[in-house]
Amino acid sequence: MTTTLPRTDALATVRGRRARSSRGGAIGAFLLRRVIRLLWSVVALVTVVFLMVRMIPGDPVRNALGTNATAAIVEARRESLGLNDPLWQQYLSFWKGLLTGNLGESFSLHLPVTTILEQRLPATLELAFLSLATVLVVSIPLGIVIAALTRGGRRPGLDVAYTSVSGLVAVIPEFVIGVALVYLFAVQTTLLPVAGREGPNSYVLPVLALSIGLIAGVSRIVRVEALTVFSQDYIRTARAKRMSRRRLYLNHALPNLVTPALTVGGLVLGSLVAGTVLVETIFSWPGLGLTIVDAVRSKDFPLAQGIVLVYGLIVLVANLLIDFVLVCLDPRSTLKDA
Amino acid sequence: MTTLPPPIPAAPAASSSSRHALVTALRSPLGIVASLLLVTLILLATFGPVIWGETAKVADLTQLSMAPSAAHPLGTDAGGRDVLARLLSATRISVVTAVLATAIGVTLGVLLGLLPTVAPNWVARVVNSILGVALAFPSLLLAIVVSIIVGVGVVSVTLAIGLAMAPAYARLAQTLGASAAGRDYVDAARVLGVSRFRILTRHVLPNVRDPLIVNASIGAGTALVASTGLSFLGLGVQAPDYDWGRMLNESLDGIFVNAAPTLGLSAAIVFAGVTFALVGETLARAFGLNRSPRRQRRRRGASNDEVAPLHVVDDPVLRVRDLQVRVPRGDGWADPVRGVSFDVGRGEIVGVVGESGSGKSLTCMAVAALLEEPIEVAASTVQFEGTELTAGGRVSSRISSAGVAHQLGARMAFVLQDPATSLNPALHVGTQVAEVGLLHGGLDRKSAHRRAVDRLDAVRIPDAAQRAQAYPHEFSGGMRQRAMIAMGLMGEPALLIADEPTTALDVTVQREVMSLLAEVNEVKGTALLFVSHDIALVSSFCTRVLVMYRGAIVEDLTAADLAAGRARHPYTRALVEAIPHLEAEPGTAFATIAEDAEFPTEPVGSRS
Repeated sequence: MTTTLPRTDALATVRGRRARSSRGGAIGAFLLRRVIRLLWSVVALVTVVFLMVRMIPGDPVRNALGTNATAAIVEARRESLGLNDPLWQQYLSFWKGLLTGNLGESFSLHLPVTTILEQRLPATLELAFLSLATVLVVSIPLGIVIAALTRGGRRPGLDVAYTSVSGLVAVIPEFVIGVALVYLFAVQTTLLPVAGREGPNSYVLPVLALSIGLIAGVSRIVRVEALTVFSQDYIRTARAKRMSRRRLYLNHALPNLVTPALTVGGLVLGSLVAGTVLVETIFSWPGLGLTIVDAVRSKDFPLAQGIVLVYGLIVLVANLLIDFVLVCLDPRSTLKDA
Repeated sequence: MTTLPPPIPAAPAASSSSRHALVTALRSPLGIVASLLLVTLILLATFGPVIWGETAKVADLTQLSMAPSAAHPLGTDAGGRDVLARLLSATRISVVTAVLATAIGVTLGVLLGLLPTVAPNWVARVVNSILGVALAFPSLLLAIVVSIIVGVGVVSVTLAIGLAMAPAYARLAQTLGASAAGRDYVDAARVLGVSRFRILTRHVLPNVRDPLIVNASIGAGTALVASTGLSFLGLGVQAPDYDWGRMLNESLDGIFVNAAPTLGLSAAIVFAGVTFALVGETLARAFGLNRSPRRQRRRRGASNDEVAPLHVVDDPVLRVRDLQVRVPRGDGWADPVRGVSFDVGRGEIVGVVGESGSGKSLTCMAVAALLEEPIEVAASTVQFEGTELTAGGRVSSRISSAGVAHQLGARMAFVLQDPATSLNPALHVGTQVAEVGLLHGGLDRKSAHRRAVDRLDAVRIPDAAQRAQAYPHEFSGGMRQRAMIAMGLMGEPALLIADEPTTALDVTVQREVMSLLAEVNEVKGTALLFVSHDIALVSSFCTRVLVMYRGAIVEDLTAADLAAGRARHPYTRALVEAIPHLEAEPGTAFATIAEDAEFPTEPVGSRS
């Protein structure tokens, strides 16, 4: 007995030390893998965006210029765009342009695509990140509070009410919520501006339109996660220490909920970025969404191409950032999943 | 030595039972609402254009953008056409687009997703990496990309949404397929040489089917919203055709004059979205993928006469009289603990034995005031070191007085069954150990931490100062259980409740934990309430043993009596006989207690 005890401990100590010293290395390796994966995704994205325009049936230039343009004009434009070169050469010059910040010129606005992107990107980023922050800040506490109130079959009335209301709201698309907000705040009252991006007030409705549905959806997931955490043995251990509810939830439950909540945040980010397209159209928000719709309708392919690329990059980089935050906050489960 | 082939576990039987479950789900309130909505939507999509199609075309140029009236319940649009008629006849195009897009998405997705199951590994890897990129890309943007290539219009929208949905279904099919393929019966089939294709069709697909149907139904709602959204942006249905999205966009221009069309169209979109979501939810419940919350009606359990204790101790640490625990179950209440009375003396080691479900653990949680609503704990008395924990005949988990909280927190300690789950994985071990000192010992953060390190050292955690900064997962199982004991030793515990403290540990570690518990008892005079199903362990470790059977204490005897075979209750004797003996004749069957064995619940052995 006395001989076995120290030996197991010594072994465990060595194992523990090794685990701790290699943790930094494991995180580094994980991030490196993620960055490599990101680079692959970027290559795939660029290739798809490049091929996208080449896959358009017929001649995109003829398409864009319309039937009135003479054959000479079309040919000149094709030549200037490099569309007469072999495909691999076009692909190479597309990459070269990309790396030197040259994405061509917009057909309809007659400006360099990068200039337009520079002008429009901040508005979309603001909208997306303000909405993501709103979603996380509201839905995490909401889900936890509802879970705390309804755990173990308590308050069945509240359970049913919350589940049905959040279920209904989560189903309503953001553009319908946006339209409803326009109706409430422009037609019924004139409390808030419903178009443009001027002053802090103009952010309220677009951010609300984007967040409300996601808050319903995300808070439901957080609630399920929180219910799981509340039923764990370690919460019983904590309760046996006789602490305040506040301390129980904040110090013992919340740290275990950060990882699932952020993971969900990463998952909704994609639909949030997509939602900006619709919400920008409703609220005349001068961002990328409004621009891409015009670009697609006016067959302005270089511009559409550039915007799709930027959207893809936003999503990819944001996912990398979330992985980064997750691995720093909770290396154990993140590394295990990887 | 030969080994027999393992029996092949049967694949779960599906059809007949799932049909029954579907009928049950359809009869629930949710099922009825979902079916009504779905039938309405199908009828509108089928007959809408037939009934209202002609009216919708009539453009009355004298009635442009009119407010709602008897003739035009939602008013007229900028072209003088009746909005309601257009809305109703547009149902078909919206629904058909959604259903077709979903069909494309599911078919393509399942093909892609199940490809790795039958195709060689490198194909699987390529498909996976492509899916990974496609999944990161929001589907509405994918749809926009596709409509850039194919051009705008209703056909391209259907195609675009279908293609955009495919990656998600591929991933779903892949996950489900992989989990089905990993099950024992599929392994068994593979060992038996069943071909990959046959494994796919016979074993994997049936398990993928149900979740896929549920997701497709929810997906149809998403597709409807997406196609409406694209039309709203002007990238979908083009004039002269119209759908809800295009109409919604047009109605926005006139919202200041007449808001009725906007509101009507919003309602139509929400109605269709909710319908598909509810149908999905109903199917999910029918397939048992989502458990429906059962409504519980509460009925009071019958109250028994007070049960007298079998053994009374003077000045006990813990005195319990007539403890009852009621748990809501189905329509009524179950009584897993019915009238338990006992004392635990100072420094005593009291064992609680009984089969699983006999109420041992619940009794411990109940006397510690740790059972929460809706579980009800009633008792005439629960006294811990003279402090009464009952109020109005109930033991509430909400401790109102800070004094009682300090007493319980510092003087009552716990060691639970599974140390892997009873320590918080997100907090340093030292922080968790120190907390009691912070909460009840009047220590500041620094001195609480110092004491925690000291306690960890006392339970022989090597390198305690450094180890305190580690997370529980960096500890071995035995170390975690010792850390739990250290946590209990932060205060000056008068009672340590150990609920199967060694069951989850391997045999060598069990002994360390037991000897540590014995040491705590000896050195500090801490009384132990030791729950176990291991009657041999209990009779060697404890001073007195409570035998529980069906929520009642049936015998209270000294460990010496138990070890010497002087147990009097038939249930206790059956438990003792079920202990396997090393000296038993090889080949004799283990003594067991038959599942349907009935024992008297009347207690024996009052010795006080």
